[in-house]
Amino acid sequence: MTRKDILIGLGLALFVAIVLSPFASSSPDGLERVAEDHQFLDKATEKPLTPEVFPDYTIPGVENESFSTAIAGGIGTLILYFGGFGLAKLLASRRGHVSSQSGA
Amino acid sequence: MHIPDGFLNVSVCAATGLAAVAGLGMSVSRSQAALGERTIPLMGITAAFIFAAQMINFPVAGGTSGHLLGGVLAAILLGPWAGALVIALVLVVQCFLFMDGGVLVLGANIFNMAIVGTLLSFLIYKALNRGIGHIPAAAVTAWLSVVLASGTCAVELGISGTVPMGLAIKAMLGWHIVIGIGEAIITCVVLGYVNAVRPDLITTRAEATT
Repeated sequence: MTRKDILIGLGLALFVAIVLSPFASSSPDGLERVAEDHQFLDKATEKPLTPEVFPDYTIPGVENESFSTAIAGGIGTLILYFGGFGLAKLLASRRGHVSSQSGA
Repeated sequence: MHIPDGFLNVSVCAATGLAAVAGLGMSVSRSQAALGERTIPLMGITAAFIFAAQMINFPVAGGTSGHLLGGVLAAILLGPWAGALVIALVLVVQCFLFMDGGVLVLGANIFNMAIVGTLLSFLIYKALNRGIGHIPAAAVTAWLSVVLASGTCAVELGISGTVPMGLAIKAMLGWHIVIGIGEAIITCVVLGYVNAVRPDLITTRAEATT
């Protein structure tokens, strides 16, 4: 992939996370809806077991909800870009030099 | 369909956790052969895109929403093994940084979405691809991946005694049969775009045509 391809791909992902995320539906998803309808939503653990970094895709302390979601989404997207890239590098280096161009 | 902590009992968490570890371990050893210089940045972009797209809940019917799972999309772009690892990576980051999906049930979420929704679904894609072609196979399998993952989620809820098994299956499948249509549309739009700009990036193409 060329540098241009990477910038376009990452740019599209960031566009989705930053620009589109404030327009996402806030209705419950399929599982939440089933949990509501069949009265087991309250079984969900209320207090998270790990520190809340970006609770519910927001930045704690940022008042404007859309802005908060957009920034948290943008940060998450970058984390996953570098995470995915790093994971791929790690996997490829484990088997020695990368030269294969073939599929799975 | 990210399960929160509290919905599954300890044995289901342990069993799905083991299944997830086994599936990911196999993915680590198999994906190494599939990763070339070409696919390393693509793995980053796919992870970033699926995370971003999972934030976009689209309304379905009656005050319920759904969002992309992305397993079939990732598997078609990266091959099934690296695809499963990308979905697992997204789930791990969502769990620990975004409080989306529980910690104790992380294995169950990985099992449902990365193993069933990606690895298993890709096997079905491969079989269909020979018969009905690339994009129709992607559409059918993307839809099926959401239905199957919601089915295993329902079975886990049933075994845990959270909700009666029959009811869990009926209710989960009922919603996800509809949500899966969104999965099929998004998967085909993205694949159509990649196909138009960089057809060589579709990893499974070479393999499917041989």
